Amino acid sequence: MSDRELRVSKIQSGTVIDHVSAGEALHVLSLLGIDGTKGTTVSLGMNVPSERLGRKDVVKVESRELSDDEAEVLSLIAPEATINIIRDYDVVDKRRVEPPEEVSGVLVCPNRDCITNAGEPVETAFAVLDDGLRCEYCGEIVREDITDHLQD
Amino acid sequence: MRHDHLLTAKQLSRADIETVLDRAAAFDGDPGSARERHADKLLALCFFEPSTRTKMSFETAMKRLGGDVVDMGPVESSSVKKGESLADTARVVEGYGDGIVLRHPKQGSAKMASEYVDVPVLNAGDGAGHHPSQTLLDLYTIREHAGLDDISIGIMGDLKYGRTVHSLAHALTNFDARQHFVSPESLRLPRSVRYDLHESGAQVREHEDLDAVLPNLDVLYVTRIQRERFPDEEEYEAVAGEYSIDMDTLEAARDDLAVMHPLPRVDEISPAVDDTDAATYFEQAHNGVPVRMALLDLLLNDE
Repeated sequence: MSDRELRVSKIQSGTVIDHVSAGEALHVLSLLGIDGTKGTTVSLGMNVPSERLGRKDVVKVESRELSDDEAEVLSLIAPEATINIIRDYDVVDKRRVEPPEEVSGVLVCPNRDCITNAGEPVETAFAVLDDGLRCEYCGEIVREDITDHLQD
Repeated sequence: MRHDHLLTAKQLSRADIETVLDRAAAFDGDPGSARERHADKLLALCFFEPSTRTKMSFETAMKRLGGDVVDMGPVESSSVKKGESLADTARVVEGYGDGIVLRHPKQGSAKMASEYVDVPVLNAGDGAGHHPSQTLLDLYTIREHAGLDDISIGIMGDLKYGRTVHSLAHALTNFDARQHFVSPESLRLPRSVRYDLHESGAQVREHEDLDAVLPNLDVLYVTRIQRERFPDEEEYEAVAGEYSIDMDTLEAARDDLAVMHPLPRVDEISPAVDDTDAATYFEQAHNGVPVRMALLDLLLNDE
């Protein structure tokens, strides 16, 4: 039995996000818009021993299968994460997250003078750099605290 | 030049820039050659912020190409006042003009507008973002005076909010130009521009004091430091005085220094400098016409 199975019980269906960078589990929930108010069953393991990472976080979300877009965005804060889609207690899909070239409609540009903050019908778009994100409209670079800029 | 729009100077290669400047030189040398080139074309001018030089020189350029302009007029008397979005305005104006010249206070506005229309959008200033047509006329002027390779250029003043500075800095990375940025700490280049300069491998140095670098410069590009960037009047006065040019300043400069300024100036270049050989800013402003003629000629022809 692996470490995570020892600590957190299996889920019937949903998504297990494994190998999340230690300490980032709450940010993962925030990025997925999970705050506990909608009744979603969520299990967290934080700072669990890991052969690959030393320490890792694990997030299990019941009754929700992460989309490819969500997985791409997840890569921004948990680049080593693996996504396991569970149906009837079986892993039906397992994949690593891949950083996208661009993320659209997920983050708010921190530059208040950016056209994406001006009430226009335009979706935000950020290019993914090696060490951060860059607004495709105003060029603003976001390196720290990416989760602070998530759209509501 | 193979572009649908002119949004930033970053999109321009060296070959693009040389194509525009060469064509501008041809128009400059023989203005009559352009007379009927765009006789059936209309250019839409949408200026959401005040402008004198940019707007008038685009209008002059279009008319010298044989075309005409339709002008949105001041924001106060337009549908914008009723709450119309820029996206809607752009789509409406697309039906009136063969190209749209847009100045808008928000960064990225020209890019967004370009996504809604099929006619060329020319960014004539998007907030503190970019001003690529200004950059092309700046480059034209620099080329006339010092060439564009193996030059040292000082860029001084408000480097943080100055869109002409951002565009010029990007464009100069295509050339063998040493860029010296001179500003108070609080008005240094924004992170995004420094990032691009670093990525391009440009030869860049930052200074707080002009004295150390002035004697080596071929070109000094001065920009206005705006009062509203400072918390109080006293601090503004102190900084503005330090980053201004007068006859005494020029004593330390080379005889062939070209002093440029995108204008309008306030106090940052003393009127006494106007009568010296260094004063290049009015010529620079005049160059806006042939350069914008060349730009319009290239973009409206789908070349």
